[in-house]
Amino acid sequence: MKHFRVKKMEEKIFKALMMAATMIIVVSLFMIIVAVVKRGLPAMSWDMVSKIPGGGFYIGKEGGLLNAIIGSLYIVIGSITLGLSFSLPIVLYINLYLPEKSRLAQFTRLSFDVLFGIPSIVYGAFGFTLMVYLGLRSSLFAGILTVTFLIVPILIRSIDEVVRRVPKEMMDAALSLGATRSEIIKPILRQVAPGIITAIILSVGRGIGDAASVLFTAGYTDSIPTSLSQPVATLPLAIFFQLSSPIVEVQDRAYAAALILTFIVLVLSLAGRYYSRKFSKNKI
Amino acid sequence: MIPNLLRIEKHIDSPTEKFKVMKESQNQVAVDQIFKTKPHISVRNLNVYLTKNHILKNVSLDIPDKAITCIIGPSGCGKTTLLKTFNRLLQNSVDVKIEGEVLVDGVNIHGKDVEVENIRKKMGLLSQRPCPLPMSIFDNVAYGPRIHGTRNKRKLYEIVKNQLEAVGLWEEVKERLKAPAIRLSIGQQQRLCLARGLAVSPEIILGDEATSALDPIATTKIEQLFLSLKKEYSIVLVTHTLRQARRIADYVAFMYMGELIEFGSATEIFTNPKHQLTRDYIGGSFS
Repeated sequence: MKHFRVKKMEEKIFKALMMAATMIIVVSLFMIIVAVVKRGLPAMSWDMVSKIPGGGFYIGKEGGLLNAIIGSLYIVIGSITLGLSFSLPIVLYINLYLPEKSRLAQFTRLSFDVLFGIPSIVYGAFGFTLMVYLGLRSSLFAGILTVTFLIVPILIRSIDEVVRRVPKEMMDAALSLGATRSEIIKPILRQVAPGIITAIILSVGRGIGDAASVLFTAGYTDSIPTSLSQPVATLPLAIFFQLSSPIVEVQDRAYAAALILTFIVLVLSLAGRYYSRKFSKNKI
Repeated sequence: MIPNLLRIEKHIDSPTEKFKVMKESQNQVAVDQIFKTKPHISVRNLNVYLTKNHILKNVSLDIPDKAITCIIGPSGCGKTTLLKTFNRLLQNSVDVKIEGEVLVDGVNIHGKDVEVENIRKKMGLLSQRPCPLPMSIFDNVAYGPRIHGTRNKRKLYEIVKNQLEAVGLWEEVKERLKAPAIRLSIGQQQRLCLARGLAVSPEIILGDEATSALDPIATTKIEQLFLSLKKEYSIVLVTHTLRQARRIADYVAFMYMGELIEFGSATEIFTNPKHQLTRDYIGGSFS
């Protein structure tokens, strides 16, 4: 009987601990959002999202952040596209074409694990070196390239995890119908489509919010770029530059930019979830 | 398990001696007398090593045309491995070594110039658990014809309809062909997988304990399908249940510890097995 009571006690204590951990994290995240909304919302206006900075924008006068919003979207769309067109073939190659326990596959996985943990400023510096070497100046293209370096490890490792979990019987089923290895890619992609979307959401979050990687490579400008070779503004840098201003109105605009950034990530995540559910209806 | 094995040991005075005698006589019988038609698959001195374990030991066997052949034997005796060498799925595993020949219509499928896709196209595989592809019911059946070049929509519809009718699924699903295959019950899924295999017009159907995950009613349906399909296809089934072999087999191969112990017509094996091991297995001394 006593033993039973101890067990119940244990159960209660662990439940309380788990709840406490959840609450601490949720509350602190919520506080960040409250801070952003509290200071950013008063500074928000239609001009903020529909206009590029005017002459006196950086002393608290007319204009908005459209340059940074469009710039961030350009960079994230460009780097996701570029990143996927490299990571999908890599993942399919190491899972379908290389034998199980292949050295090359293991080495590839290990190196992407390491790349995963490298701070983004290092990617920024690497991108900058590459730019100098190639004779490029800071531009949308260099920004996309650097952010791609940043997100490719995330894409590869998370897509790799789901592709590895595809049941072997499913591949055997397709193979036994006379499919070649390249023909079984289609059912595999259908099976892992929700996982690919999760990978994209993760990398969008990382890529759109990262300031260090675009600091040297994408540059900053008040106009919206019309070609890949022009510099481009981004929301994280907009936050960074305005936050370091001594003028309070400008600082508030930094919070407005953060609010916009959070909102974009929220919308993209919701869209991702919607499509993820849509694609998972056929999932085995 | 161990006491059973001991009992078997006692029955056989000199196992190797008996194996030899049995095999020689059986090979002759297999080739000369049992079949009215020529064999569809011929296995010759097949040895398979998986990660250095000797899984199949010198197996020679003729699978007759347009009949149901059941491969029976206790777990781990190499039944499934044998089946997987037929459509070369085995070679996808790591560390496999295959020696000997598997002839399908007289061609060694492990030969160098053989297109593995053509071999597999000849054989529909039905796995232990139904394994639909992550797509709609229609697309599952149409997958095979599509990869082999059928693009015409009307033609695809014809194929899908015919094959779903052949497995008795058409009436149940004709209203929801676009629904995900995963929504079907597990018995329906297995019939869908059979239809999917039939859609690439194979000559042989391989079943790897194809009913072991199904309830009795679904099992009966699949068994009846096999009985009607054997008019047009050669069917090889690995089965764990002796009763199933009794119900539907025309020929039975009994395997034990990677060796083919006895092969013959179902009546022969079940009523008058030549080998003591077969007698014990069928009598239920071990399983």
